[in-house]
Amino acid sequence: MASRPAGTLYRGKLGMWTWVLHRITGVGIYFFLLVHILDTALVRVSAEAYNSVVASYKTEIIGLAEIGLVGAILFHAFNGIRIILIDYWRKGAKYQNQMFWVVLVIWVVLMAGFIPRQLSNIFGA
Amino acid sequence: MAIIIEQPDAPRSRKGAQWEKRAWIFMRASGIILVFLIIGHLSVNLILPEHGVKAIDFAFVAGKWASPFWQVYDGLMLWLALIHGTNGMRTIVNDYTEREWLRKSLNIALWVVAATLILLGTLVITTFDPCIDPNVHNYLPELVCKG
Repeated sequence: MASRPAGTLYRGKLGMWTWVLHRITGVGIYFFLLVHILDTALVRVSAEAYNSVVASYKTEIIGLAEIGLVGAILFHAFNGIRIILIDYWRKGAKYQNQMFWVVLVIWVVLMAGFIPRQLSNIFGA
Repeated sequence: MAIIIEQPDAPRSRKGAQWEKRAWIFMRASGIILVFLIIGHLSVNLILPEHGVKAIDFAFVAGKWASPFWQVYDGLMLWLALIHGTNGMRTIVNDYTEREWLRKSLNIALWVVAATLILLGTLVITTFDPCIDPNVHNYLPELVCKG
């Protein structure tokens, strides 16, 4: 088997994959944002129009998808802070890997708080 | 077709470089503000109400926008999130499109969409009228509706 290049500080490592994930979550959030501005704009049309569209957010399927949305937002948010620290903090580049694990821990804690709440709202009476 | 790769050290025009620098700073400044605004937004809409997302309806929005605080909050979130998202999409378009006409067209489309939605959203927040709901007095009893 041909040996793989040892790689660099960046390629194929956490730094690259978090960059990929930052882009994917960013694009997903962008398209949700377009939809969300349009659905909210219905409050200017009538209470009925707005309520009927918002009702779809309360369905089980969208309620579950919303967990994915919140997960994407929280990753993008805290990884974004990691990027800012890499740029501005003197030791940012040195600790970029460790900062990813901090991002992950914050993400897990917040998701552990959000998921049960969302599930009980969606599936509860 | 030959692929032309730009020299990384090719000088940009001064204006172009300034613009990119400002966009770069904007992404970081707006990003930090958006972290707070959006986590607040998610908490107030999905976590704090008794039934979370199920509590959201016209009355919920009318209740929030009765206060200038939430009008400014939502307006700020609208502007910052849409410009932040559009600029991020622009970066991605610039990275992955090879044909210049396609790159330009997609970027124009992105900014047209952003300008339209910012205008729409701002108008919705500033001209919102809870009185269009015939049941408004059930949840905003103090409100005086004309006509």
